[in-house]
Amino acid sequence: MLEITNLHATVADKPILNGVSLNVPAGEVHAIMGPNGSGKSTLAYVLAGRPGYEVSEGGATFLGRDLLAMEPHERAAAGLFLGFQYPVEIPGVSMLQFVREALNTQRRARGEAELSGAEFIKLAREQAKLLGMDAEMLKRPVNVGFSGGEKKRAEMVQMGIINPKFAVLDETDSGLDIDALKSVGAGINRIMRSPDKGVLLITHYQRLLDYVEPDKVHVLNAGRIVRSGGPELAKELEREGYVEAAA
Amino acid sequence: MTAPFPTRKQEEWRYADLDALRPVWQQFAEPLTLTVGPGESFEKIWLPGDEDVLVRRVQIALEAGAKARIYVLNAASEYGRTELEVSLAEGADFELFGANIGTGLSTNEIVTNVRHVGVGGRSRQTVRSVLNGKATGSYLGKVEVARGAQQTDAEQSVKAMLLDRGATANCKPELEIFADDVKCAHGASVGELDAMQLFYAESRGLDPASARALLLEGFVMGLWDSAKDADAIGEAAREALRRVVG
Repeated sequence: MLEITNLHATVADKPILNGVSLNVPAGEVHAIMGPNGSGKSTLAYVLAGRPGYEVSEGGATFLGRDLLAMEPHERAAAGLFLGFQYPVEIPGVSMLQFVREALNTQRRARGEAELSGAEFIKLAREQAKLLGMDAEMLKRPVNVGFSGGEKKRAEMVQMGIINPKFAVLDETDSGLDIDALKSVGAGINRIMRSPDKGVLLITHYQRLLDYVEPDKVHVLNAGRIVRSGGPELAKELEREGYVEAAA
Repeated sequence: MTAPFPTRKQEEWRYADLDALRPVWQQFAEPLTLTVGPGESFEKIWLPGDEDVLVRRVQIALEAGAKARIYVLNAASEYGRTELEVSLAEGADFELFGANIGTGLSTNEIVTNVRHVGVGGRSRQTVRSVLNGKATGSYLGKVEVARGAQQTDAEQSVKAMLLDRGATANCKPELEIFADDVKCAHGASVGELDAMQLFYAESRGLDPASARALLLEGFVMGLWDSAKDADAIGEAAREALRRVVG
């Protein structure tokens, strides 16, 4: 579903990714773990198309299409979702308005019918409820005044509403207390665990993987995948640290 | 007897489009005056009109404990000016939420003189400008705190967004304080749209033009949050923004 081949990328002329190759087939959840500065967030941003993140070599395809040739909004319409490590605040725009415009723009791009106001509100309320978010928060400006945990939960509510084919989740677990972690983990399983969907889960810690069990675990270090394995690799990393496990 | 025609040497007319003003000066020379009685509240929403030149000159006297809240959208195609002279007696409260949205060669400006005369007055002025082409948007805001107007609490927040290199924003908060126990804050910024906000919106599926439009809308629409009925001014602001974003 997502195939990354020998991907090299630079940020401000500094090489960050130095040949990442990775294949996430439909129906699988892959976790990427690695120390700070190993390039995890850069990989997420390159996949989503953030300006300033330049690909210098290699490539990536998504559902057979050249992912890197698409603009960020085209990637979204193709079914890619990036859950931000630091969700962005947008004053003056309610979360309802923001996600509705996002979803309907995607649907138009795919030649699907737009959702009416009533249909959309019903969907948004359902998703907020499933993730344990107060529906009143949907009326507030996007992420403004939300706590760290509320922002991550709100990202998952957006994901639930948009219902993407593939999610790249960048440290969605950071800033969550144990209850929030459980409900976010359950949310990821509910929204994304499906034979025709895929997930790339970027995380520092094993703890989210207790709730969202990965099919494969990859260790990223210095912009390269240095080890891959099954779910047991995450436990080994947790026990022995990145230095030992990557050696 | 008509008041003399202003000149650019007068600070409060420094950025005005006097050529546009000249033919219509007669009708605006005399400011409108109104008084809000003790403890009373006054709320007004001023929308842009169809005229190419629209000038509003209003003097408001707030008596003890009186409240006034003004919402104004300046979006004239040639010259729009909202001029407010407000005096606050003891415990009076004044709030202004204003936007300049301009395109082409237009000049839109909000010019205020807020005089805290009594003890414990509070004023809040929030102005947002969105400008493209060679448009000019200005805020000239003077806050005077008279001797004896202790515990005055005054705030001015001015932000402008320039969408083209040729657009101009003038932000000039000015304080004149003759009391020693007061709080007067002001902040001004002129910027472009935030790159991270744009990327966030685009990564959720909004195309670049829609993302810009949405972010600009948010920049302005937050002004009307406290209005009792913001439908008309909200719709007028959206329409003005559509002309600016194109």
